[in-house]
Amino acid sequence: MFADYSTTELMSIFAMQGFAGLSLFSVFVLMAMGLAIIFGQMGVINMAHGEFMILGAYTTYLTANLFENYLPGLFAGYFFVAMLLAFLFSAALGAFVEWAMVRHLYRRPLDTLLATWGLSLIMQQAYRSIFGAREVGVELPQWMMGAFQVTDLVQIPINGLFVMIIALSIALAVYLLMFRSGWGRKVRAVVQNRPMAEAVGINTAGVDRATFALGCGIAGVAGSAFTMIGSTGPSSGQAYIVDTFLVVVFGGAQSLIGTIVSAFTISQSQSTMEFFLSGSMAKVLTLLTVVIILMLRPEGLMALKVRR
Amino acid sequence: MKSQTYRTTSRPRRRLLAGLAALPALMALASPVFSAGPPTAEVNTTGLAVTDDTVQVGILHSITGTMAISEIGSVQAEKLAIKQINESGGVLGRQIEFVQEDGASDWPTFAEKTRKLLRQDNVAAIFGCWTSASRKAVLPVMEQFNGMLYYPTFYEGLEQSPNVIYTGQEATQQILAGIDWAVKEKGAKTFYLLGSDYIWPRTSNKIARKHIEKKGLKVVGEEYYPLGHTQFNSVINKIKLRKPDVIFASVVGGSNVAFYKQMKAAGVDFTKESPLLLTISVTEDEIRGIGGENVEGIYASMKYFQSLENPNNEEFVAAFKEAYGDDMVIGDVTQAAYLGPWLWKMAVEKAGSFDIDKIREASPGIEFKKAPEGYVRIHENHHLWSKTRIGRAQTNGQYEVVYETKELMEPDPFPEGYK
Repeated sequence: MFADYSTTELMSIFAMQGFAGLSLFSVFVLMAMGLAIIFGQMGVINMAHGEFMILGAYTTYLTANLFENYLPGLFAGYFFVAMLLAFLFSAALGAFVEWAMVRHLYRRPLDTLLATWGLSLIMQQAYRSIFGAREVGVELPQWMMGAFQVTDLVQIPINGLFVMIIALSIALAVYLLMFRSGWGRKVRAVVQNRPMAEAVGINTAGVDRATFALGCGIAGVAGSAFTMIGSTGPSSGQAYIVDTFLVVVFGGAQSLIGTIVSAFTISQSQSTMEFFLSGSMAKVLTLLTVVIILMLRPEGLMALKVRR
Repeated sequence: MKSQTYRTTSRPRRRLLAGLAALPALMALASPVFSAGPPTAEVNTTGLAVTDDTVQVGILHSITGTMAISEIGSVQAEKLAIKQINESGGVLGRQIEFVQEDGASDWPTFAEKTRKLLRQDNVAAIFGCWTSASRKAVLPVMEQFNGMLYYPTFYEGLEQSPNVIYTGQEATQQILAGIDWAVKEKGAKTFYLLGSDYIWPRTSNKIARKHIEKKGLKVVGEEYYPLGHTQFNSVINKIKLRKPDVIFASVVGGSNVAFYKQMKAAGVDFTKESPLLLTISVTEDEIRGIGGENVEGIYASMKYFQSLENPNNEEFVAAFKEAYGDDMVIGDVTQAAYLGPWLWKMAVEKAGSFDIDKIREASPGIEFKKAPEGYVRIHENHHLWSKTRIGRAQTNGQYEVVYETKELMEPDPFPEGYK
């Protein structure tokens, strides 16, 4: 396969392929972070995760239009505003959903599965009614398109780099919030022992709502970032949901570090296999490997040891 | 036994029945005659929903679910055609009324709704389906109850049903002309085939590969990605490594958006044509979702582009925009869907009857000169003779037509080696 190529050509292809793997990694981290927080900390399986992402994407679309029509001078920077709004809208909707629906189902995990799945259908149809069934095109500012020309042969996509930076910042923010703040301590206390946390005066209902909102908000930011690399349509969220669950379950449902490790493992193996095999085959092999590992280690890569 | 039952009906009652039987005739005499067409009993011998001044047809597309994105254009085109036919006097003097059902992007639902349309509504024709999967689901029902389906999408071929008229192109019409063009006009020697992983791209690429290899040229890669796949960086690197002259793409749906955005981001400038990208799956409809700036310079091989310059098309585009708004775009399939009701009307009028069997017999050879794409004719095999065009995408989301086949391409749903 490589006989006809010079060493420099091969080097640059491998460099770009390495970057492709890293950018897939950051996409996975972004997708999975919100779900992992909700699933890991609350035990709620949020089937509407993809639709929260698309809410972020549509927010970005609307912001882009708004800037184009009213603030064309600031169009170059609209994306940052869009991401902030995406976070706020998705988090607000998340808080509302928690209050109206999820909190009544905490002790019935299978029912939350059904309820959030129903919610995802409702949201999809709502997008379809509001924005139309067709996909919308989100216009990007000029500076976010194209690639850095590192050498003659190596090109690094700017939007890939941008997604990577967002993913890392969010991972860092979540880490600080969960492990270095008072609020994070409360969340962890609730996860480890709910009655005891209540007994020491933590408002567990409030913690639940904020956690759910945070998870949904991060999904919104992810959706906003994905307008750069994917489609924005009523059912686009479905394209991400399988990979998202894969990453979270493989990583160990209760562990945020596990999610990151699992995102890294899956993305690297998938992008390497995609390079040497065909696309569908790579996907099959990835899924197969994950299934086998989960059979041997049902709790996922990183299991959090908690006393129940 | 028979005479006995006869006797159970008393004389006065029998007279009453006779009187009732005469009633419709009386009413027909009393009411003014609206329709100029022939009497219903003559044009409808199989119990279809045809009255003296109306005829019912079915529209069956997904207006909810994943496929709604693609199918809504078809619904709009079919309704427009029906409206125009009605304004010009209807079919055999009868106004067309439609029953619309939602296939909901779910194939069993398509089959069920077809059954409903054929058995309960007794529609005279169905305009519908988009994906091959939905057509395959509907097919047994159409054949069992002898309906007539007008199917608008370009598709993989390998099918020919007495109960379907295929108004889109089958694979060879689209592909052979496209590849010939790339070889002749652009001097292409190596090809990279890339598609979503299901029957249409796989069959299309099989046909493409055969045609390319017959010319002594080379396929340097063939690859499929699952539907909905959103990460194309690896394959983009592979393409960069293999340096094909042409990327032959049949990626569909949301994957399309990801693919073209990532190509652009990876520094591939399609306007430079190295590699040249030739697609059979991106219509003006898809470009709306992808963004014109991301596909500028790609080529598409299809039978229809909105920018075609001929009087029929200008009229059609104007009417479509008037009906649905100025920002509407019309893709290949939308135009093909528009042909459906017209071809049906012509078949009915040629046959002088709404009966399905007579329409089937009358259909081959029907010419539609007012088609937006120019001129089409129905082949013996129920597909259309049509020209194939190559368009080049521009930033405004429209294609500029750069080439068109001189002759109509003959539909060949069962190409050599696939029988």
